[in-house]
Amino acid sequence: MTVMEQRGAYRPTPPPAWQPRTDPAPLLPDAAPYRVLGTEAAAQADPGLLRRLYAQLVRGRRYNAQATALTKQGRLAVYPSSVGQEACEVAAALVLEDRDWLFPSYRDTLAVVARGVDPVQALTLLRGDWHTGYNPREHRVAPLCTPLATQLPHAVGLAHAARLKGDDVVALAMVGDGGTSEGDFHEALNFAAVWQAPVVFLVQNNGFAISVPLAKQTAAPSLAHKAVGYGMPGRLVDGNDAVAMYDVLSEAVRHARAGGGPTLVEAVTYRVEAHTNADDDKRYRADSEVTAWREHDPIDLLEKELTARGLLDEDGIRAARDDAETLAADLRARMNQDPALDPMDLFAQVYAEPTPQLREQRAQLRAELAAEAEGTH
Amino acid sequence: MTTVALKPATMAQALTRAMRDAMAADPTVHVMGEDVGTLGGVFRVTDGLAREFGEDRCTDTPLAEAGILGAAVGMAMYGLRPVVEMQFDAFAYPAFEQLISHVSRMRNRTRGAMPLPITVRVPYGGGIGGVEHHSDSSEAYYMATPGLHVVTPATVADAYGLLRAAIASDDPVVFLEPKRLYWSKDSWNPDEPSAVEPIGRAVVRRPGRSATLITYGPSLPVCLEAAQAAEAEGWDLEVVDLRSLVPFDDETVCASVRRTGRALVVHESGGFGGPGGEIAARVTERCFHHLEAPVLRVAGFDIPYPPPMLERHHLPGVDRVLDAVGRLQWEAQR
Ligand SMILES: Cc1ncc(C[n+]2csc(CCOP(=O)(O)OP(=O)(O)O)c2C)c(N)n1
Repeated sequence: MTVMEQRGAYRPTPPPAWQPRTDPAPLLPDAAPYRVLGTEAAAQADPGLLRRLYAQLVRGRRYNAQATALTKQGRLAVYPSSVGQEACEVAAALVLEDRDWLFPSYRDTLAVVARGVDPVQALTLLRGDWHTGYNPREHRVAPLCTPLATQLPHAVGLAHAARLKGDDVVALAMVGDGGTSEGDFHEALNFAAVWQAPVVFLVQNNGFAISVPLAKQTAAPSLAHKAVGYGMPGRLVDGNDAVAMYDVLSEAVRHARAGGGPTLVEAVTYRVEAHTNADDDKRYRADSEVTAWREHDPIDLLEKELTARGLLDEDGIRAARDDAETLAADLRARMNQDPALDPMDLFAQVYAEPTPQLREQRAQLRAELAAEAEGTH
Repeated sequence: MTTVALKPATMAQALTRAMRDAMAADPTVHVMGEDVGTLGGVFRVTDGLAREFGEDRCTDTPLAEAGILGAAVGMAMYGLRPVVEMQFDAFAYPAFEQLISHVSRMRNRTRGAMPLPITVRVPYGGGIGGVEHHSDSSEAYYMATPGLHVVTPATVADAYGLLRAAIASDDPVVFLEPKRLYWSKDSWNPDEPSAVEPIGRAVVRRPGRSATLITYGPSLPVCLEAAQAAEAEGWDLEVVDLRSLVPFDDETVCASVRRTGRALVVHESGGFGGPGGEIAARVTERCFHHLEAPVLRVAGFDIPYPPPMLERHHLPGVDRVLDAVGRLQWEAQR
């Protein structure tokens, strides 16, 4: 049965006169960030999942380090590091099925790579040789989105369209804490809730929007509380706890897939490095704060659990690091080649058919290139 | 399904018919916007679509323009063809971020992997006695954004043909509907809707030899009336209806100006930074040696759209067009 056939379930008819529609209590987020690692619940976690998460976290950390190094060498125009946030990134990718869609922001290269996009292609935008760099349809990953929160309504529209077609596709959209102040965030949440669209909104609250701390961004008790006003459940989760992230996100995905509508998940985490290589984080935060968060590191937390349960030893750690090293070496080698750019590409995809105006400009550039080539011969 | 014979038909009816036919022909076409469903739109342009195709195909959305257009982006990514209604010109502005940062450039930034076949219908322009924010001519903003087609019909037949083409286009189209022509009638036969009009072609609405009036949308009837009146002065004016602002039909426009040697651009939106400046420059660049006078413009004043009781002083009318035609003559004889 497609959604169109069960319209009543998908889009409930509003009551004849206004009345509070739901008891808000079930929508309220967790009182404290949901945690698994370091609690008794961790013992229940599936060893296979723990190992998978660990391998991805280690790869992600190495990828972050390598990409940051590449900015220093001028190979990348910019890199917004997600060191400290790897658990959010990895969990966001791993909870999705192949047919689902991921809508990342500019900081979410790791999630894009964890979803299977070629690590070099995932950096194309940040390298500056072409915008998206990968084919969004191939892995069902929308382009890394630079204007804040604007990808969120896209996720809603896509999930809604899938629902209309009768496909059980879920969209997971990522946004930062600063992005939650944008109008598009609110419009997207409202649309998703009204349409009961199968979307999971993942807010990575990493403490800052460039230099502006959360306290100056919002007066809400938590970002997850915002869900209540739209009529969707909110979850608050420890963003450095990979297992908790995985649990909460996969539950939200299941809920969405089953027709339950959207969920807002706030991951409480921390951006350990500067906003980008162009940022001086000493201006707005104390070293001691960063140090405290480094002690709540997502890899350490998981490593402790794995070791305690005898699922990881020195050899296992070395194997994970070797694997990450291979990834980094490959990234280095391929990023150290100059990309082959064709200036004529400028005109290739503005419209399906170039306008007469673009045809003229294309001819102009072609002539300029020919003259340039002659000059150098 | 019975078709009510509507003869003559209004532009609004032709637009409705275009959406209806497009929805019947292609199940991926979805109409969405504020009040487009049960009410049929505040101008009734979507009248009957929700009844015929269901609320999943003609959807009353929450009241949020960025959300509407942003959701349409996602829907188009998943293979639908959204036709979005922005209730009034000035209420499309909240959606500009989506339009400019995403809709216009998704094809380009994804190297063609993700074209967005979205039609954004915007009722635009004045002359209907609307209060503030209900009469803007916003075409220059759209024209300045690469990746968008910008189309505006002036006749009932074109309203149908161009809207069908816009919906069928694999690229985003900003479809500007001159709201003061919504109720203008033509002897158009809705039982045999005219052919789908390719986007990007201007048309000579009235042949003439003395000068070319270049215009579009709401100013076309004004120019045709002025051309009629100018006959008494011995002026035989050619009137070109652009129909499409992007792509721009240099060929038709310049062929006409080369024939007549004089050109006047007429539009409602402000002249400074407006479409007329671009058009005048293009014509001058291409037809300089054929011109017997500078290309002139008759445009709205460079003011925020005036209150309804004053709008007749702002809108370019027949007299202002005729004055400029006189200046074209004077300039030529100087
Ligand atoms: C619409 C918009 N306004 C401003 C910016 C510039 N900008 C880029 S990142 C950023 C801070 C975003 O903070 P947050 O949403 O918390 O995400 P984070 O970078 O911390 O992951 C700003 C202001 C932008 N990209 N888009």
